[in-house]
This record gives sequence, C-alpha cells and structure tokens, in this order.
Amino acid sequence: MQSAADLKKTASQVRRDIIRMVTKAKSGHPGGSMSCADFLTALYFNVMDHNPATWTRDAKGQDAFILSAGHLTPVYYSLLSRSGYFPVDEMNTFRKFGTRLQGHPSVEKGLPGITQTSGSLGQGLSAAIGIALAKKLDKDSHVVYTMLGDGESEEGQIWEAGMFAAHHQVDNLIAMTDRNHQQIDGTTENVAGLGDLTAKWVAFGWDVIEADGHDMDAILDAFAKAKAKVGQGKPIMIMFNTEMGHGVDFMAGTHKWHGNAPSEEQCANAMTQLEETLGDF
Amino acid sequence: MKKYTDKGKKDTRSGFGAGLYEAGKADERVVPLTADLKGSLKMDAFAAEFPERYYECGIAEANMVGAAAGLAIAGKVPFVGSFAEFVTGRVYDQIRMEVCYGETNVKIASSHAGITLGEDGATHQTMEDIALMRALPNMVVINPCDWTQTKNATIAAAKYDGPVYLRFGRPKVADFMPDEPFEIGKAYVLNEGKDVTIFATGHMVWESLQAAEALEAEGISAEVIDIATIKPLDTEAVIASAAKTGAVVVAEEHNMAGGLGELIAGVLAGSCPKPVEYVNGKDQFGQSGTPSELLAAYNMDAAHIAEAAKKVMERK
Repeated sequence: MQSAADLKKTASQVRRDIIRMVTKAKSGHPGGSMSCADFLTALYFNVMDHNPATWTRDAKGQDAFILSAGHLTPVYYSLLSRSGYFPVDEMNTFRKFGTRLQGHPSVEKGLPGITQTSGSLGQGLSAAIGIALAKKLDKDSHVVYTMLGDGESEEGQIWEAGMFAAHHQVDNLIAMTDRNHQQIDGTTENVAGLGDLTAKWVAFGWDVIEADGHDMDAILDAFAKAKAKVGQGKPIMIMFNTEMGHGVDFMAGTHKWHGNAPSEEQCANAMTQLEETLGDF
Repeated sequence: MKKYTDKGKKDTRSGFGAGLYEAGKADERVVPLTADLKGSLKMDAFAAEFPERYYECGIAEANMVGAAAGLAIAGKVPFVGSFAEFVTGRVYDQIRMEVCYGETNVKIASSHAGITLGEDGATHQTMEDIALMRALPNMVVINPCDWTQTKNATIAAAKYDGPVYLRFGRPKVADFMPDEPFEIGKAYVLNEGKDVTIFATGHMVWESLQAAEALEAEGISAEVIDIATIKPLDTEAVIASAAKTGAVVVAEEHNMAGGLGELIAGVLAGSCPKPVEYVNGKDQFGQSGTPSELLAAYNMDAAHIAEAAKKVMERK
C-alpha cells in the first residue's frame, strides 16, 4: 500500500504513460485520463483490495472496479499494467491492430483486469450495481468501485441507476465522479448545465463526499470516509473536483484535449513537466 | 397427418413464468429482474418464493439490463423481463455493449411480442425484435410456440452459458407440444410431408398445423417444422426439408425485414434454391384489435398459410 508521497510519484508516471500511449497511437483520450489520474492511482495502489495474481473477471473475493467512462483507457491501462495485471511493455500496442488494449475496454480480448466492456456512456454504474448485488447474495464483503465522468452524468441511465441503488440499499458500492467540468463540445455548464451534481446525488438518496481530486491527502481522506460508510444502507458517491488535462500546462483546464493526441514535440514538452518515477514503457 | 391435441388454451408468458420458477428452484444462481411488469411476465411465483434474489427495477429498463450484466459477471444467471419493445429497441445499446460484446450470461425475456398483443395497439406490437436481436453477435434467439415449449425453453436458456433472447406472447393459445427438454438450435419436425414445407415460429406454429390439416383435406401433404431457435438456425434441417418438398412457406409473427423468412430464404439461396412464400408482417405497424382479428387482417393466420402453400407449390 503506497503512502501519499509514493502515490504522487506513481501518478506522475501514470501521466507520462497516458501521454506517451496517446502520442504513439496518434489517438485516444488524454484530458480526462489526466484529471482522474491522481484519485485512480490512489484507488489502485492504496485503497482497493485487489490482487492481479488471483484476479478473475467475476471479482470473487476481491474488490471490483468498473471504468464507466470507458474512453479513459489511457489511465486505466497504465494503472492495470503498473499494478501488475499485464506487462508494462504492452502499452506500446495501445489501439494497434490485434491488441488487447482496445480503444475502449474489451473483455473479448481478454486483457486481465477488465471486468466489463464500456464505452457507451452511462452504463458502467448499472453493471457495478449488479456486481454489488451479487456480492451481497454471496455474502462477500468486498466493495465495488466505479468511476463516472461528469459529462457522462448527462445520460439518463445514470439516474435510473442512482434511483435503483438507493432503493435497494446498495451500500457496498463506492462510485466516483471526475468533476472536471469539461466535455467534448465545451464546458459541462455550457453544453448541458449539469449544475450542482452533489446536491443531485444527495437528492437521489446517496451519501456524497466531496474532495479535491488532485490533493493526495484529501483523496485518501475521502476514500477513508467512503469506506467507513460501507454497509450503512446508502450507496456512496465521491465527487472529486478536478481539472481536465491536469499536470501539463498546455493541456490543463480545457476540453480541447478530450480526445486529441499530442504531437511528438508536445509530448516531449509534457515529459519535461512530469517526473519519470517508475521507468517509461 | 400427425395429430396434435390442444390441452387447453394457455399464454406462453405463463410458460415462461413456470419455467423461470422451475429453473430458479433448481439453480440458486437464477435471478430475475423486471421493470414494473412482474405480473405481466408471470414472475409472481418466483418472487414470492425467492424474494432475496428477485429484483424490481422500476420503469427503468436501461439500468435493468446493465445491472443484469453485473450480476452475470459475478456468476449469477439473470433474466430481465419486460415487453418486447422495451427489452429490445429501448435497450439495444445496453444489450449490444453489456450483454453481447460484454459476453455476459444474461437472458432477455421478451413478452407480448408480435401483433397478437392485441388491443394495446401498434406502440406495443413489436414486429422488429427478431431482426434486432439476430443482428447481434453472440446472441441466441428463441421463439417457442406454446406454453409447454416456452416453459422448457426457459429452463434450457437458464442452463445455457451465454446471452439468450427468449420471445413469447400475451394471448392464450393452444398448448399442444409434448413436455420434453428443449434443445437449443434444433428444428422440431412436427409433421412430415412431401409437397410443401411450412417453417413456422412462435404462435404461427399452431396456425401452421391448422393449415396443414386443411391442406391435407385437399390432398396436399405439408411438412410442418417448428423453428423454435431462430439463431443458431438448424440449417441442416431447413435445407433437408426444402430439398425434399421443393416449396417453402415461412410463417412468423414478425415483419419481413430481418425476420425468419429472410433468414431461411438466405440459407436456401446459398445452398438449395427453392421458391419461398412469406406469411408475415410487411413494412408496416399494426393497430388495436383482438389477436384473431389482427392475424386475419394482417394475413398471418392458418387460412393465409394454406393459401401461401398452394401458391408456392405452383412455383415449383
């Protein structure tokens, strides 16, 4: 289990992986991958009870994670490989023909660590709820985690799932929202007026914790609070306030890097801003 | 011809309810979910006996399919039940992503399919669902013909490891099939004949048997084959019968586009070209009416099947 200081170093490498993967593939989604990189690094290297050596898709005997915002494969694949689910070098194949590292998560290709395919937004929360229900039936006390984008929360299914989880007291579920305020067409407020997402989840009957998604101590504190609420009768949402493209000056705070690859020069520039801590793939 | 006796009119959705109960009793992994249609889908018996593993989802089908996928990932055998329209068209993306591409062991229980839904009208008379479900890789498509076969097909679907679309209906219809284990992928030859083959699915199977009796009275020997599993199609049985009789009618309570008729015509065109007539819906929606009124008005009853048989024999 990594300390906050170590997690920051790991997150720096994860951001390097994200940018290098997307640059090599000449496509992919770096902006959102970087906004959730800190708290998902904390999830994989500190919070979640998981073991790549014994992992199976059914998530029996372990915590489970579903990436609902499926386009964020750069951060997902970096975390999985750096955790030991598959060789780090395989990141070189991201989005290439024949790869297990498909543009969006695929179970068909059999990449270890992928619990469910995703990419059509708004669906991962429901699948996470299903796994959580099964864990209750099986008396498995492990927790199910999932991460939503804030733009993704415009999907109606998210709110169907929100209502269902509260009604059925799915209290072994910790969802996270990456509240980076950006989506493809602009800011979330200009595109769809998401408004006060925290108040909306509270109104739907969830326990909601808000935290700075780039402050590692605050992130760990939020997860600790969330874990303490498991089994208390309500599903749990952590609203992580973040910045799209966080960590690289020319990518930060704009929707323009939602789904665009940096040039070689831009990648080199970004590398000067992110410390290499675990060795590049 | 072989005689089939109607043991009494029963709805196929009740056959589903009976099969679900039996499958759930035998296997505690079986977990039904419904979107406010427990009564219509006849899940009451299961819900009463196994309330801890029955999920009422409210009128929210997209989440229902997603939650079912999650349950399946974790080793359960979920059945999601609603009306045909709401468990296909409304949730096509969820079925494609979470169930078929996601390779999850989810069963789609689709009731009130076809025009025999009746009085609710065209909004609910789904005549396109077979096309939608057939198009999805990994999906098995089953459309049983009566109460008994629906019960046994439900039990077979629960045992099968993979996505299944199970289609059944609302009205009470003849219950005539023997009570035997259902074989997924098998075409059931209900009557052997030599002049024409009637391939039928769902409610049209009984209509086809009635048509065959009428044809027999006119000296025509009709083979009747129940295509209970539309995908994977028993192509061997289809080709063998078409080759034998040389003339084919396909009867289904579904529109032409993407239905069993096009499927069989495609198979025959590739291997054994024979004339084909279609008893089905055309490029159209239905309307309110009783099931029998609608079947007659939309050319999908025994009389139209017999007429199609005579017509196709002239094209030999």
